[in-house]
Amino acid sequence: MTHAVLTGLMLGGMYALIAMGLTLQYGVARIMNLSYGEFLIAAAFASYWLFTGWALSPLLGLTLVIPASFGVSFVLYRVLLTPLVRRARTRDALEVESILATFGMMFIVQGIMLALFGGAYYSYSFLAIPVQLLGESLALNRLMAFGLAVVIGLALYLALTRTRIGTAIRAVAVDPSAAQLVAINVAQTSALAFALGGALVATAGVLISMFLTFSASSGVVFTMKALIIVVMGGVGNLLGCLVAGLLLGLSEALVATFVDPGLTLAVNFALFLTVLLVKPAGLFGKAQR
Amino acid sequence: MVSSVFRLAAGLLAVAGAFAGTAQAQTSVKIGYAISRTGPNAGGAAVSTIPNYELWVKEVNAAGGLKLGDKRVPIEVVQYDDRSSAEEAARALERLISQDKVDFILPPWGTGLNLAVGPILNKAGYPHLAATAVTDRAPELAKRWPNSFWLLGTSADASKTLVELLTKLRTEGKIGDTVAMASIADGFGIDLSGAARPALTAAKFKLVYDKTYPIGTQDLGPIVNEAKALNPDVFIAFSYPPDTIGITEQARIAGFNPKVFYTGVGTAFPLFRQKFGANAEGVMGIGGWSGDTAAIKDYLARHKAASANGAEPDRWASAVTYASLQMLQQAIERVGKIDREAVIKDLQTGTFDTVIGKIKLENNMPTKYWWVGQWQGGEFYGVGPAANEGARSAVVPKPAWQAQ
Repeated sequence: MTHAVLTGLMLGGMYALIAMGLTLQYGVARIMNLSYGEFLIAAAFASYWLFTGWALSPLLGLTLVIPASFGVSFVLYRVLLTPLVRRARTRDALEVESILATFGMMFIVQGIMLALFGGAYYSYSFLAIPVQLLGESLALNRLMAFGLAVVIGLALYLALTRTRIGTAIRAVAVDPSAAQLVAINVAQTSALAFALGGALVATAGVLISMFLTFSASSGVVFTMKALIIVVMGGVGNLLGCLVAGLLLGLSEALVATFVDPGLTLAVNFALFLTVLLVKPAGLFGKAQR
Repeated sequence: MVSSVFRLAAGLLAVAGAFAGTAQAQTSVKIGYAISRTGPNAGGAAVSTIPNYELWVKEVNAAGGLKLGDKRVPIEVVQYDDRSSAEEAARALERLISQDKVDFILPPWGTGLNLAVGPILNKAGYPHLAATAVTDRAPELAKRWPNSFWLLGTSADASKTLVELLTKLRTEGKIGDTVAMASIADGFGIDLSGAARPALTAAKFKLVYDKTYPIGTQDLGPIVNEAKALNPDVFIAFSYPPDTIGITEQARIAGFNPKVFYTGVGTAFPLFRQKFGANAEGVMGIGGWSGDTAAIKDYLARHKAASANGAEPDRWASAVTYASLQMLQQAIERVGKIDREAVIKDLQTGTFDTVIGKIKLENNMPTKYWWVGQWQGGEFYGVGPAANEGARSAVVPKPAWQAQ
């Protein structure tokens, strides 16, 4: 039981970590980023490259990858997505157009990774050592990823609720037109949220690369997972992300241990459906009029 | 009137075209393939198939080309990405056949796609050397499509050989009779576990754990932990590459070290050794090769030298894939011209000298396979079937996991 709960928590933390970036990109900047998983894998490759080529620990690698991905995402938003934002009459129109644009971007990013690394699987070992926690042995790298997910989640939550810029971001998430009326620079704030999302997904990519085997084509799995968690938790809501991620992780581990590992996906989707039926806007989402 | 003139003209054009065709066939042999460069199959194709196709073409052309009669004709390659999709693979092959008019076609990677393109290659009369497909329907397909050759065997055989090995180990008193088995709920995992279950029961093994998990499962901790709690003598995972790595990693973390630790596809990948280093020692898995033969050693060296990043072949389908190309080459050269029907005939009846030894097919399938391999001293040697030439004896019990 202890082991199931612990692995569930760690898996859930990883899920939440994967999804937090998307909730910012989708919830605030209103960009339904279909190339999200590809950016995660790109960060994983960056970490692999730094670790095997330069013997740079992934944790130190983070200090390079995070600013780089923040910058790349910011520029992407400014160059590629701002024209779409300007052109879109409504938020729904922007969503559709961003889906198309990022769908294309997915192939570009994937193509670059295929050209650089080929299609093979990659994996490396970092901190893959057992640690004892409550009498169970767990992998240190997974435990650390979980810890960081919680820390990042809380820090971001505090930043969004306690700071001025955080409040602005939330205001844009709720109503971009009204936000303009109170002198919030919506374009700037959206770009910031998108770039922040990019930095988060890169962090997730680096942490995940420490224990998951990945290839240039495995991004889509993460996009799907993130999307489910974001929708389940309520679009644009960080706390929702954390709760939904943990819920999925815990249910997966418990079902795998006590029922059948073959039913984990079924339970995941059952949970997802139930949430959608009971609260269509997600666990923490506000119903739209 | 107009139509008869038109028909005459068309006929003339066709004749001219045929002449042009022969003229072309003499300057180069066109070989086409559609392979998964993107999509979920890319990981397998990039290890087992693409490097071998490229290596073979490079070597043949370096020698001047394929020997047709008394002259050498270089290979010209036409290739597409099938994006890991059966429809795309079918479309690409139709295009290779009708538009590019290639002389020979090399198969795609994986069981699913080989099954998907089987009818197309059969209809068009191209030899189909499926070197990366494992299916229980292989004998039946070989009969239905006489142009198809199933070089990697059947999953029933794979499971049977594993159980035979376990039975032998039990007779020798090296293991008890409890087995824990986990398998992926996808084609290959279902086939293998489906064949292993009755074979284990028939051999009087106790199956204490038998669960499947969905493809893309990211944390295999619960499975490993459950299996560990039951303390089995044998752990079998019919897994795919990412989970093979994941399960082995989890077992090491959890200190789960059964006497026999067997994982599925991916155990034979060079990535496995690179990732686990000394901890790979004693791990068994599907595949294996006769790593001590001069032919394999030479192949390994050439493969490493030819790939851009010095990549090694995997220790299962890679050598078979390369052998299938050698067979195709020898068949073409014996026939001496581009005559696909004669080449198919030669493949069915001839004897071939390859990196995995002499091959003579029976009913379009080889007579021996490596089904169980084990990492021993940094090399993944074939240990089962034990009757195979060059089979090593299995190291059991598996040595303890080391701290990394």
